[in-house]
Amino acid sequence: MSKSANQQVSKSANQQIGKSADRRVGEQPGAQVVVALSGGVDSAVAAALLVEQGYTVVGAMLRLWAEPGPDDAGANRCCVPEAVDRAHRVADLLDIPFYLIDAEAPFKAQVVDYLVAEYAAGRTPNPCVPCNRAIRFGLLLERARALGAEFLATGHYARIHQVAGRCRLLRGCDPHKDQSYFLHVLNQEQLAHVLFPLGELTKQEVRATARKHRLPVAEQPESQDLCFLADGDYRRFLARQAPHLFQPGPIRDTSGRVLGQHQGLPAYTIGQRKGLGIAAAEPLYVLAIEPAENALIVGPAEELGQDECLVEEMHYISGDTPTAAFRTTAQIRYRARAVEVTVTPLMHQKVHVRFASPRRDVTPGQFLVLYDGEMVLGGGVICKAQRLVL
Amino acid sequence: MGGLERRIYLDYSATTPVDPRVVEAMLPYWSTVFGNTESSHAFGQAAANALEQARQTVADVLGCHPAEIAFTGSGSEADNLALRGVAWAARQSERGNHIVTTPIEHHAVGHTVDQLRDLFGFEVTRVPVDGYGRVDPDDVAAAIRPATVLVSVMLANNEVGTVQPLAEIGRICHERGVVFHTDAIQAAGRLPLKVDELNVDLLALAAHKFYGPKGVGLLYVRRGISLVPTLTGGGHERGRRPGTVNVAGAVGLATALRLVEEERLAEVARLHDLRDRLVEGVLASIPASRLTGHPTERLAHHASFVFQGVEGESVVLNLDLAGIAAGSGAACAEGEVEPSFVLKAMGIPAEWGVGSLRLSLGHANDEADVARVLEVLPEIVKRLRAGE
Repeated sequence: MSKSANQQVSKSANQQIGKSADRRVGEQPGAQVVVALSGGVDSAVAAALLVEQGYTVVGAMLRLWAEPGPDDAGANRCCVPEAVDRAHRVADLLDIPFYLIDAEAPFKAQVVDYLVAEYAAGRTPNPCVPCNRAIRFGLLLERARALGAEFLATGHYARIHQVAGRCRLLRGCDPHKDQSYFLHVLNQEQLAHVLFPLGELTKQEVRATARKHRLPVAEQPESQDLCFLADGDYRRFLARQAPHLFQPGPIRDTSGRVLGQHQGLPAYTIGQRKGLGIAAAEPLYVLAIEPAENALIVGPAEELGQDECLVEEMHYISGDTPTAAFRTTAQIRYRARAVEVTVTPLMHQKVHVRFASPRRDVTPGQFLVLYDGEMVLGGGVICKAQRLVL
Repeated sequence: MGGLERRIYLDYSATTPVDPRVVEAMLPYWSTVFGNTESSHAFGQAAANALEQARQTVADVLGCHPAEIAFTGSGSEADNLALRGVAWAARQSERGNHIVTTPIEHHAVGHTVDQLRDLFGFEVTRVPVDGYGRVDPDDVAAAIRPATVLVSVMLANNEVGTVQPLAEIGRICHERGVVFHTDAIQAAGRLPLKVDELNVDLLALAAHKFYGPKGVGLLYVRRGISLVPTLTGGGHERGRRPGTVNVAGAVGLATALRLVEEERLAEVARLHDLRDRLVEGVLASIPASRLTGHPTERLAHHASFVFQGVEGESVVLNLDLAGIAAGSGAACAEGEVEPSFVLKAMGIPAEWGVGSLRLSLGHANDEADVARVLEVLPEIVKRLRAGE
């Protein structure tokens, strides 16, 4: 697909998006690229591949906000001094410049405060998405461009193809590592200046490449949790940073009967079964979180599941907003399977989404990302989920 | 990254290379004269002799008695010892609990004073600075109270290069019976350091700022000033700074200080000339650019600028990619564009003061370096502005 698409790119379209061409990784030797290093294996291999391909590579690492306090030493997985040292060693080994870029204040405001505000509103946020939008592909991309770089590269597992002068965001080739879900907020302008050198690789291949280049991060374990938590547990993080969010309140069933007391709404998410502390004949699940009444609504498995939801702040990668209803597939969480949906555009960047079959964990605050096969169409925030009332 | 030798170094205010003559002077004190200065045997005595000679050399430059010099592990340590030492001694004798300083001190002073306030209950007054970063001695006079035990004002500012009217401030302190400390770390080799002309009681230096080695500093302590040591241990440095003395470092510091003092007038005149050409060139070729700090009462090797709407750190990174090593006044966070605390104290508006660019000259620089900066810098600023 890439070759023919590449040939189809008209000259004017090519000028429109700058020098980039389809599957640009490896095709513009000499171009200057800033690589976002994190101290992990993925970004290190991304940098090594670009150096190998003849790009002029500059390493950059964001200094983000880390939870203060006695746990500080272990905080902020991607910015702890050891991670900075590792990234620095990688840059040294590859013989590229390395710069630390301070993003502490904007990260705190746009990612950490967002997380707290979302939990306060009874939602289950995904802070990696606003981080990508505002910090990684916002501030850092701007900084990269200000350094004279044509591209910002990251170690994400996703691909960008160019077809007829437009950038398409595709899933990474490794199905276990695909990170396109987190990148659905990118726009054409950003994608035109972004490279994902790992998009075609599997994690195994990435580790093998790291060993081949003798990168000191080849055996670095995967990071799993949010990068700014001191102890890897968001509930304890919230309890430390926003203890006011933890007000005990009633656990009710859908008929309003009080079944018990909850520990504070941020401790729960839709579909959760464990940790409710209620003795009942059948397993109970979290059906809804009602911040206005500080109530947790629970019910049996058959009451769980939504047919439809409302999504706001819809963003389409192509830049074109559809006006008519369309069928495609959607992913409602990072690790979820893409399922068939019918999307009906509404006013004010909202859409109504109907699932072909009910989903058990449609969760306000999470992002619903639309896919057409491998291609990311866009996405938005789930603001309301409900059962279809017939 | 390319060889460092092909790069232009314009960050002598951050640190300097060690002068080869200094390296040579230090050589015997690693493996030959290696004794502990506290040992009574011949090895110890040889080391002690070298140390005392170094102390005498320093005393000659500062115009003080050798017993008034304590070697430390760094300039920051010297500042820490001065401030905590005096404050704790005042606490011990219940003489008072008030400290006067400025808002533009290096963190070695600023953060130490904050800690004395937050953990030890001292009261702190920071007298303002004007738009050039200068302190008005009358403000210091007005800030001194009966409970004031210490005034600390830096001799020259690292970020904007402004030199303070130290002698006048020191005179006021002595009239009022208050101990006067100065962080002179940026000034060695660039300004006269006679302690009796500066009217100071405590003065901190760091060898690596004047072509000496890293990891060694000193504190001048006027006779009669009582200090509670901040490190406790053996009796080295008259109990002021326990820890086996870094003899090679002390010899290096003393040699470097002697050399920069001997060569000071000629080198200052040379750098002053280069610096002025640099400043004129930058201001003429870059629209909406300003020199920060005082135009004349400033360190001769030091130029610092702000460019309207352009963030200093981006300029520094771009210069680095072009092979020119410069300094930035401030780390700042985009979105919440914060001017540096020094520029803030000087009242430079945020749209200008998003971190200044500091170009500080030294031994290796010549006219070609200035020309190269003037070739590269305007283009960088232009590009950064176009990207806004």
